[in-house]
Amino acid sequence: MQAADILLAATGISKHFGGLAALTDVSISVRRGEIFGLIGPNGAGKTTLFNVLTGLYAADAGELAFDGQTITGSKPHRVARQGIARTFQNIRLFGGMTALENVMVGRHVRTRTGVLGAVLRTRGAAAEERAITRRARELLDYCGLAARAGTLARDLPYGDQRRLEIARALATEPKLLALDEPAAGMNATETATLRKLLERILAGGVALLLIEHDMKLVMGLSHRVAVLDYGEKIAEGEPAAVQRDPKVIAAYLGGTVV
Amino acid sequence: MNATQTRWRWLLWVAVALLLLAAPFLIEATLGRAWVRIADVALLFIMLALGLNIVVGFAGLLDLGYIAFFAVGAYCYALLASPQLAIHWPFLVLLPLGAMVAAVFGILLGAPTLRLRGDYLAIVTLGFGEIIRVLLNNLNRPVNITNGPQGITLIDPLQIGGFSLAQTHSFAGLTFTALHSYYFVFLACAVVSIIISRRLEDSRIGRAWVAIREDELAAASMGINTRNMKLLAFAMGATFGGVAGGLFASFQGFISPESFHLIDSIMVLCMVVLGGMGNVAGVVLGAVLLTALPEALRYIGPLQQRWFGEVFIDPSDLRMLLFGLALVLMMLFRPSGIWPARRRTAENVTERMTEKRHASG
Repeated sequence: MQAADILLAATGISKHFGGLAALTDVSISVRRGEIFGLIGPNGAGKTTLFNVLTGLYAADAGELAFDGQTITGSKPHRVARQGIARTFQNIRLFGGMTALENVMVGRHVRTRTGVLGAVLRTRGAAAEERAITRRARELLDYCGLAARAGTLARDLPYGDQRRLEIARALATEPKLLALDEPAAGMNATETATLRKLLERILAGGVALLLIEHDMKLVMGLSHRVAVLDYGEKIAEGEPAAVQRDPKVIAAYLGGTVV
Repeated sequence: MNATQTRWRWLLWVAVALLLLAAPFLIEATLGRAWVRIADVALLFIMLALGLNIVVGFAGLLDLGYIAFFAVGAYCYALLASPQLAIHWPFLVLLPLGAMVAAVFGILLGAPTLRLRGDYLAIVTLGFGEIIRVLLNNLNRPVNITNGPQGITLIDPLQIGGFSLAQTHSFAGLTFTALHSYYFVFLACAVVSIIISRRLEDSRIGRAWVAIREDELAAASMGINTRNMKLLAFAMGATFGGVAGGLFASFQGFISPESFHLIDSIMVLCMVVLGGMGNVAGVVLGAVLLTALPEALRYIGPLQQRWFGEVFIDPSDLRMLLFGLALVLMMLFRPSGIWPARRRTAENVTERMTEKRHASG
């Protein structure tokens, strides 16, 4: 594996909450242009790892490098600027804003108009505002939400909310998109649509880090997967190999093969 | 929007502008001069309420000490344009200076409260407001700076060259008393405040504030520097307060710490909440209503005297009674204000209607 191929490298990450070891010496690396799956039973530490990667938690130990730069201890907005965007397990949209406005907020980090530009409505600020709106509409369309632009995020159906979170994350122009259970609560049709969307995002040059409980989805999509159990990484590799790993089977099923 | 609609809209705006320009004369002719003063005060409160709306309405940071920035602006002007320190700077310097000093105080308040939300933030800001007032009250010893509870008198009026707004002028057959002249200055400032608020709201900055209000964690994850944006909201809100304070000092000619009590902060907050938090038009409406209604209630006293021969209810008691009742009724029936923010209503309704059409069709 070439070093330049690695987009995100997390090395030896540990995180404790009081006496609880949520993560112990976990290392993962995500390559450019791949879908990396993160699986494990409930409470295994997947979301904690996500929160460490995106700067919401500071790790107790370990190093984070993204796109050739150290991001250990970076604040969330810095991480987003570096190029990691995320969605949340329990959807966190801006409920009182419209779908379009939610995506427009995502453009914040790639635009620069300040107070003066906004108040004086300079030519540059007006042009940027138009560009923000145009890009946000494109992204809504890309995620199949064009007809929902004016709807308040909190009034959207569940599946649309999940996709709106993805559209908002894409608006930050990420190099890595981290998705925390994007298919949770979706029916088979919605999951199929989601899968197509994720494949299209990947084809657009964005690497994906995916926490998912839908095994068919995550095993079918991912190039590589890592398995967490009780805060430790118990397996990593190609989906087919990981599925046969006895430790993984034990963690999930207590010894029975799927 | 078609051409006819555009033309009608233009006509409407011209009519509103003419009405606002003629207002002080119409008010004086119909309601008397006292109401011209009330109109002046209402315009000041529009500025204050719009400033607080940035902090509370847009960014969702509950600030119970907002009047402190009004005080800072007022004292900044009063100290540098009165015999108190024997300094008489021109207002064109003092108003921007007051705005800047207030903005610095906004950041001073904002910095230690960045991690606080809701009730906790409210308590700290309330304390901040009191600190400023108590400071102003006691900064007369050992060196007399603010003249303590006696306040500062003989503050310079707004003045350009030899033209002083405090004097009565005649122009085109109309008499401009100080109240009239100040009306036009305050009107201009209020209109500028409205434009600034609207433009900020529809900008990258305004969306970042609303995003923080809606979900601070998600906002940070989308790349918004929440710390800087919150400080910016405090500073912008304080700026409005600082300018309004300077205008207030020059208008009154006298200020004392008595004008900057907690109840005044709460009054401004009520204007924002009752009018419609986050909606500029609603906040303006709230400011006008809450300035005018207590004044209108003053007539209740003489009316009782005329009808019943004696005063049963003191107008000032009635004021608090009705005020409390209005608040309770509002929270019950229109919790997002008289004129709520667009995001929460209009679009919502039209969208639901189109949805229904899709569903039935």
